[in-house]
Amino acid sequence: MATMNMIQALNDAHKVAMRADEDIVVFGEDAGYFGGVFRVTEGLQKEFGKTRAFDAPISEGGIIAAAVGMAAYGLKPLIEIQFADYIYPGYDQIVSEVAKMRYRTGGEWTMPMVIRTPYGGGIFGGQTHSQSPESLFTHIAGLKVVIPSTPHDAKGLLLAAIADPDPVIFFEPKRIYNGPFDGHHDRPVTPWAKHPASDVPDGHYTIPLGTAKVVREGEALTLLTYGTMVHVSLAAVEENGVDAEVIDLRSLVPLDLETIEESVRKTGRCLVVHEAPRTSGFGAELVALVQERCFYHLESPVERVTGWDTPYPHAYEWAYFPGPKRMKKALEKVMAD
Amino acid sequence: MSDKDPEATRANRPVLELHVPEPRYRPGDTPDFSNIVIPAAGSASRPDPSVTAAQTHPLATDLVRVLGDDDQAHGPWDPKIDPDTLRKMLKDMVTVRVFDDRMYRAQRQGKTSFYMKCTGEEAVAIAAAAALDRDDMHFPSYRQQGLLIARGYPLTTMMCQIYSNAGDPLKGRQLPIMYSDKAHGFFSISGNLGTQFPQAVGWAMAAAIKGDHRIAMGWIGDGATAEGDFHSAMTFAAVYNVPVILAVVNNQWAISSFSGIAGAERATFAQRAVGYGIASLRVDGNDALAVYGAIKWASERARANNGPTMIEFFTYRAEGHSTSDDPTGYRPASEAKAWPLGDPVERLKAHLIALGEWDDERHSALAAQCDVEVRAAQKEAEKLGILPQQGKDNIESMFEDVYAEVPWHLAEQRAAALAEAKDK
Repeated sequence: MATMNMIQALNDAHKVAMRADEDIVVFGEDAGYFGGVFRVTEGLQKEFGKTRAFDAPISEGGIIAAAVGMAAYGLKPLIEIQFADYIYPGYDQIVSEVAKMRYRTGGEWTMPMVIRTPYGGGIFGGQTHSQSPESLFTHIAGLKVVIPSTPHDAKGLLLAAIADPDPVIFFEPKRIYNGPFDGHHDRPVTPWAKHPASDVPDGHYTIPLGTAKVVREGEALTLLTYGTMVHVSLAAVEENGVDAEVIDLRSLVPLDLETIEESVRKTGRCLVVHEAPRTSGFGAELVALVQERCFYHLESPVERVTGWDTPYPHAYEWAYFPGPKRMKKALEKVMAD
Repeated sequence: MSDKDPEATRANRPVLELHVPEPRYRPGDTPDFSNIVIPAAGSASRPDPSVTAAQTHPLATDLVRVLGDDDQAHGPWDPKIDPDTLRKMLKDMVTVRVFDDRMYRAQRQGKTSFYMKCTGEEAVAIAAAAALDRDDMHFPSYRQQGLLIARGYPLTTMMCQIYSNAGDPLKGRQLPIMYSDKAHGFFSISGNLGTQFPQAVGWAMAAAIKGDHRIAMGWIGDGATAEGDFHSAMTFAAVYNVPVILAVVNNQWAISSFSGIAGAERATFAQRAVGYGIASLRVDGNDALAVYGAIKWASERARANNGPTMIEFFTYRAEGHSTSDDPTGYRPASEAKAWPLGDPVERLKAHLIALGEWDDERHSALAAQCDVEVRAAQKEAEKLGILPQQGKDNIESMFEDVYAEVPWHLAEQRAAALAEAKDK
C-alpha cells in the first residue's frame, strides 16, 4: 500500500501491466521521453525501452489508426490522447474502426486497446482543454467508457480496462489528478494524501468494469455521478444536510444498473450530476433508465445538474461549472414535496 | 503465392526493428549543431516566380539565406528593402519580444491563466506582414502574434484578450492568445492543431472563385504537419492551383517532441511539397530579409495564378512551448544559445548598423520606447481588469453566439445561470 495521487496511481498501473505483459505498448504525444504533459507515462520509456513507450507525431488519427494495426497484429495498445478535446481527428478511426471491428469481422479481429485521455474543466483551459465528451463515445456501440474518481479506483479500473478484450475509452478527470475537488474553486486545493482513496495497493488488482460504488450511503435520495463531480456532489450533500446515497458510476458502459435500481427503489428520488453539457449528455440516458425501471418508486421527477449547452468559456469557467450553487438548488428541488 | 515454407526462407533475414527518433541532445548534454548544413548567404538560386513547381524543388533541401556573417545582404533573394521599412520591421520585432516578456510575467504574477511566447521566431511573422499586402488573409497558428503587432492591432486589445477582461473582443471565451480579428486579416486561432492550414486554402479558393486579388497565407508548426489536415491542405492547394502560401514554421520542438518525431530525420518539411507538385522553398527563418524575399516570391507566384508555394522556415523555439511547459525536462538549457542561425532581432539590428542606417544608441532608445509603449498598453488593459476578477459580470454573454438566435433551452439555462450568480 502506498499513498498516491491519481497521476501516480495511473503511472503505477502502467508499470504493473507492462511488467506482466510484453504485448502492451504505450504511445502518445509527449508520452515517451518526457512522460506526458501530465506525467502519467513518466519513467515508462526508461524502464521498458523506446519501442514500448514512445513519442507519437501530433496526429490523433494516426495514433488511433496505428493502434488499430497493432491490435490487429496482436499487441495491446495503451495509448494517450493528450486532451480529450484533441481526440476528434481520431474520431473516425474510433467510431468506424475500433468500435466496429469485432462485429464486422465476426470476431476474427478484435481491438483490445485502451485510449486514455484527460477530460473536464476547472483548470482555466478554455474551450479546447476543458471538454467532457463522454457521451460522444457512450453512444457508439462497441466501446466501453470508464471514468475513475480516485487514485485507488484509477489504478484498479485502468488495470481492468487493459485486461478487457474490447476497446475502452478511459477518461481521466484532470481537475482531480492532484487532489479531490469540492466545487469551491476559491478554496485551497486539498492534496490526495488527506483522502482515504489515496491508499493504493501494491501490484495488480482490478475493479471490474460495470461495477458502481456507493461512496455515501443514504436514505433521502440517490445521486448518480462520476469523475470530478463525485467529490463536488459529496461536498454538496453534506453542506445541504441531505442524506443522499451517492453512487460513483465509475464505468458508463457497461453500466451497473443493479446498484442504481436498488438505490432508487430505496430512496424514491434521484439526481443525476455531470459536468458535460446537458443536451444529449449521459445524464439523459440515466434519467431514461431510472424512469423506465423505477417509475413506480419515484416520489419526485428525476433532476439533472450539468454544464450549460455552450462551449466551455475561459473567463466564465466558474459560471459554467456545475458547482455548489447549482447542486444546492437541484437538491432542494428533488427533495421538495 | 509461394509454396515454400515461410519459416525456411527467413533464416538469413534480420529481425525487424522499430526506429524511434531521438534528438541529439538531452538535458545535461552540451549541444553542438555543427552537423546542420548552413549554406552561405546568397548562395541559393532564385528562379522566376512563374517557373514550374518542379524547378523549385532543389530549394526544398537548400536554405535560402540573405544576411551573411558580415551582416550585409547577399544574393538574388535580397528583397532590397528600404531602410525605413527595415527599421519598422526591427521595431515590430522588438515590440513582440517586449510584449512577450511582459505577458509571460503577467501570467507568472497570476494576472492570467496562460501565455505563449515566440522568442527566436519573431522574424517570420514580422517579415510576412511586411511582405504581403495589408488585406491579404492570414490563418495563423498560436505563435504569429507578430502579424497583429506589425499590422497595427492595438497592443491594449491583445492584452485585454489575454486578461479576458471587459475590453476583450472575444468576450472572455477564448484561452489567452487565441486572438481573432477580421479587420486585420487574422483568422481565429484554434487550440486544435493544424485545422487552420486547409482553411487558408479554402479562403484562397474563395478569392479565386470570386476573381479577387487578395491571397491567403496558412501557418503550421513542424509538429502539426503530422495531422491529417496538413495533407488535406496540400492536396486541395495542388488540385485547384490555389493562390495560397503555406508556411511550416519549423522551430525544432513540439512541446517535448523534437522535429524528428514529425519526420524531419527523413526529409525536410519543404520536401513534402515535392510529392504534391507544389513549389517549395526552405528558408532561414531567423533571417528577416530571406523570409521577406521568399514570401514576396511566393506572393508574386500566387498573384499571377502560378499556384501555391510551401515554405519551410527553419528556426528555433528559444523558450518553452507555453507557460505550462518547462523545457529543461527534455532538452539542454543551452540549446537556444548554441543555435547556429542566431537571433533574428540581433541579426536585423546588425544589418541596419552595417548599412549605416542604425546604431547602438538608437537601438537602446528604440528598446526603451517599445518598453514604454508596452507598459502603457498594459496599464490601460489592466484598468479593464485581469483574469481573476472576470467571469462574474455579464454572465448572460456566455449564452450569446452559440447560435445566431438564442434557442429556448439556452434561454432557460441563461435564466438559471443569472439566478445562480445572484444567489449568495
